Amino acid sequence: MGRITLQGVRKSFGAHAVIHGADLEIEDGTFVVFVGPSGCGKTTLLRLIAGLEDVTDGEILIDGANVVGVPAAKRGLSMVFQSYALYPHMSVRGNIGFGLKMAGLPRPEINRKVEAAAATLNLTPYLDRKPRELSGGQRQRVAIGRAIVREPKAFLFDEPLSNLDAALRVQMRLEITTLQKQLATTAVYVTHDQVEAMTMADRIVVLNAGRIEQFGSPLELYDRPDNLFVAGFIGSPRMNFIGKETAARHGAETIGVRPEHLRASRDGEGWEGNVTVAEHLGSDTFLHVDVPGVGKFTARSVGELGLTTGDHVRLQPDPGRIHRFDHDGKAIRT
Amino acid sequence: MARRITPVRMGVATLAAWTVGFVIFFPILWMILASFKTELEAFAIPPSFLFFHWTTENYATVQGRSDYLLHAMNSIIVSGGSTLIAMLIAIPAAWAMAFAPSKRTKDTLLWMLSTKMMPPVGVLVPIYLLYRTFGMLDTRGGLVLVLCLGNLPIVVWMLFTYFKEIPKDILEAARMDGATVGRELVYVLTPMAVPGIASTLLLNVILAWNEAFWTLNLSTSDAAPLTVFIASYSSPEGLFWAKLSAASTLAIAPILVLGWFSQRQLVRGLTFGAVK
Repeated sequence: MGRITLQGVRKSFGAHAVIHGADLEIEDGTFVVFVGPSGCGKTTLLRLIAGLEDVTDGEILIDGANVVGVPAAKRGLSMVFQSYALYPHMSVRGNIGFGLKMAGLPRPEINRKVEAAAATLNLTPYLDRKPRELSGGQRQRVAIGRAIVREPKAFLFDEPLSNLDAALRVQMRLEITTLQKQLATTAVYVTHDQVEAMTMADRIVVLNAGRIEQFGSPLELYDRPDNLFVAGFIGSPRMNFIGKETAARHGAETIGVRPEHLRASRDGEGWEGNVTVAEHLGSDTFLHVDVPGVGKFTARSVGELGLTTGDHVRLQPDPGRIHRFDHDGKAIRT
Repeated sequence: MARRITPVRMGVATLAAWTVGFVIFFPILWMILASFKTELEAFAIPPSFLFFHWTTENYATVQGRSDYLLHAMNSIIVSGGSTLIAMLIAIPAAWAMAFAPSKRTKDTLLWMLSTKMMPPVGVLVPIYLLYRTFGMLDTRGGLVLVLCLGNLPIVVWMLFTYFKEIPKDILEAARMDGATVGRELVYVLTPMAVPGIASTLLLNVILAWNEAFWTLNLSTSDAAPLTVFIASYSSPEGLFWAKLSAASTLAIAPILVLGWFSQRQLVRGLTFGAVK
């Protein structure tokens, strides 16, 4: 079991407030990702759950029991750090087994569990090596091994993939997701990478400046963002925002259209503009278009259109995919 | 662009390194050679490098005139004792400053270090008078105390630097793994701090072993360590180069052997921060 509930959690460092009252309900077995720009408080929120920081106000419940004041060691959670934080003087075996040793398990049982975890993570040949003799990806696996071997109530991940190269990151992303589904243990994962958030999460928490902007499944966030911040943060390239008269015609202060919901053509309906830059990815083309009087747009079209810089283009938004926002930036739902 | 390493460059670099090494080592080599010469040959000009009359009579004279073993024992007690006491005080102090710093930690450290900027001769008279009043002149305890206090700022500062290098993440990882503060100390912090503690210890022993100012001024015979023993060969009757060299060789031999065997630990300690 691993249900984590946050009720009115606040955190200040001195006079500086970092988390302004967070309420959250993380169901057992779900993979929840905290995402947001740097300095939004996502890591702080994770450390509050871990018990590495003390809350200023509010309650954190794990399986219904308030853990505020309970030291990190006694919360039954395990954590994977960005820097891996392996014990440099211990072998891989010692690193993975350290938590079990602290729990006072007999040696044969520790060995059995460590070897099982190592087998799952393809670390068996490296059990007697020191962390400095391992590659970045292997160290990351050891850190994960150390987390899973204790069978915790929940895993906490603090940007675990940011020190790996791009190819390895994609591979580890998949491995972590698969492993989490296999173990069906609650996971809380912090990242600033929205691709990681979208691909790994069952539910995403979007944080901005110490506030939870929206909590929902990846597709909910994509299809129905609650506000301008979430709309702009989720999706790549980011959503186009249009104000003034164009928005007023839709009865909103601002309207947003995702690049993939703009149909670009040489002639036809829609906003008229000129291509400033065309980025060709082969499978897609990103067109940066300047529409006089309306603004700058990014449009994504599948395949090649044969458009280049300076070409005349028309952009037609998908009418069912126009997001409307009021003057507070909140989504207008119909 | 990185310059290619060619065999020629490699050869030149190796030769240069050996040359520098030899220049640094030469005075010690010369001293050891001189200790095996007769007094006459020792200051002969031009000097003879290897082809002289080898003799060990200097060593016999030195041991006969003053008791080498007594002074060596004094050196061991004074340097070892002052180091151990300094470590006992400095480890908890540096530990607290590294892991539970307060607003004034940096100031405290700087203030401690600033005491090393004062020339020792500035406090020689008051300390001498204090020692005379309390009957601590020419006692091993007195020397242990003065060397311990003198080196304490450096020891605290060095240990603080090493402890500071231990990543906080690792301590937090241990806490997440269910380790209590005591077990975190025993299983994680101490093993990681050992290289730093060891190299501080070694360096401090060497500093205390070679310390000459306080030992010369505060001891004469009973508690006199090897530094005083060497100095006694520069006497009003004249300099006895060969005997001085023999005494010096005997004085540096133990610390040279210690340094040789611990060089791996010393280097590891000094590059502690470079290893992630």
